Amino acid sequence: MLACRAMTALRRTSLHPCHEAAGARFGPFAGWEMPLHYGSPSTEHLAVRRDAGVFDVSHMGQIEVDGPGARALLAEALTNDITRIGPGQGQYTLMLADDGGVIDDLIVYALPDRFLAVVNASNVDACLARLREVGAAHDARVNDRSAEVAMIALQGPRWKAVVEGLVATPAPLALEYFALTEDMVARVPALVARTGYTGEAGLELMVPWDDAPRLWDALVAAGAVPCGLVARDTLRLEAGYPLYGQELGRDRSPVAAGVTWAMDLAGAGFRGAATCVAEKRDGTPERLCAFVLDEPGIPRPGARVVSDGADVGVVTSGTLSPVLERGIGMAYVRHDLAAVGTPLTIDIRGKHKQAHVAKRPLVDTSATKH
Amino acid sequence: MGEANYPADLKYHREHDWVRLEGDEAVFGITWFAQDALGEVVYFDAPDVGAAVVADDAYAELESVKAVSDVYAPLSGEVTAVNDAVSTSPGLVNSDPYGEGWLVRVRLSDPSQVDGLMDQAAYTQYLEGLS
Repeated sequence: MLACRAMTALRRTSLHPCHEAAGARFGPFAGWEMPLHYGSPSTEHLAVRRDAGVFDVSHMGQIEVDGPGARALLAEALTNDITRIGPGQGQYTLMLADDGGVIDDLIVYALPDRFLAVVNASNVDACLARLREVGAAHDARVNDRSAEVAMIALQGPRWKAVVEGLVATPAPLALEYFALTEDMVARVPALVARTGYTGEAGLELMVPWDDAPRLWDALVAAGAVPCGLVARDTLRLEAGYPLYGQELGRDRSPVAAGVTWAMDLAGAGFRGAATCVAEKRDGTPERLCAFVLDEPGIPRPGARVVSDGADVGVVTSGTLSPVLERGIGMAYVRHDLAAVGTPLTIDIRGKHKQAHVAKRPLVDTSATKH
Repeated sequence: MGEANYPADLKYHREHDWVRLEGDEAVFGITWFAQDALGEVVYFDAPDVGAAVVADDAYAELESVKAVSDVYAPLSGEVTAVNDAVSTSPGLVNSDPYGEGWLVRVRLSDPSQVDGLMDQAAYTQYLEGLS
């Protein structure tokens, strides 16, 4: 029942002692020893949906791009239209291989003197390599700041009540969705962004590595509930957000994943655009959808979607939704089965369970609300 | 979830299941160690009443948010009752693994199999060997 693993090779964030003191259960994630939960993942999940929770996401990577050619570099390396953001604004975007496979999905922020890309922990090296490869033809510098920058996500409808007593200025409280500012928070210099991965409103705060515990303790003292990666995953699934390595990857079409809204297909000057334009025009054999089970059970990655005895898709993520108290998940299914409301049959370890394609987000969320 | 505890009146199987013997029937559940390792239980896929269970074979599944775990039968027999309370409130397995968190009641087909199980002292020694 227990898999014992050697933890020696795993890296730890500067918040590790805070997690230990809070009773965290740790697990390996992308080379890091991260808190999975602090006793009850469902309690943490519901705290974020109804109140406020705080996550250590220091394992994520931060890459700075600056120089006169920085914007041109990012226009070539990333799918979204980088000309649409100015200083203080962020944008969800993708980095594709030349064949259209996904190297990473990320958020890029424009700062007065540079750009900052926040990338998945497992993809820092791949993103750096790609930016430097594309950057060779541009007058720009690419610097990895991942080891210096800690990151804390404060998420939930009560985020303002938690943070308002800690900020030096009101600017963080007034941020538009996906906007970013600099401020002192709990006397720590922070880049503060109105972003997140839970579906709820809130902030992501990037701070100097060694200052993170002071900010964490202040947020917890102000009422935020410490939350681990298990709750982060169930929250993003209810919100319907794809996860790199499950819904997105080198061998997955981003068009099939439905993230063309984060692509400048009109300009189409980005690397990997040709495949995306063709797939957008011709359609893909499969489409990503979110689904809800109509009966008890929990779908897991790898479960097959079946129809009349034939495979018509595969589950890429699944869990029990703490809000809906039903099995939920995401699956790649035959293109004609991806419309909202379509009934699906999912083979969960030999038992056929009825489900239906559902609109995302799967629960009411506050992300875009003020 | 409280502190680790392993009642003296139970017998234990190496897959971290417990047995409470009651005449020619027995109640099965999972131990404190098992529920702690599994984490917050959110789903119990129970066998049907009347199903045959075979010692050392899986007879049910317990799921946490992140993992599925087979539950092994410590003894052979026929299921005479399933704890429906755990089906509706799987967290009972965490909060009260030896009480309200029991899983099934079984009419034993070969009570002599009990001799192959561990008592409290042997099981706690076995757990020390795992850590």
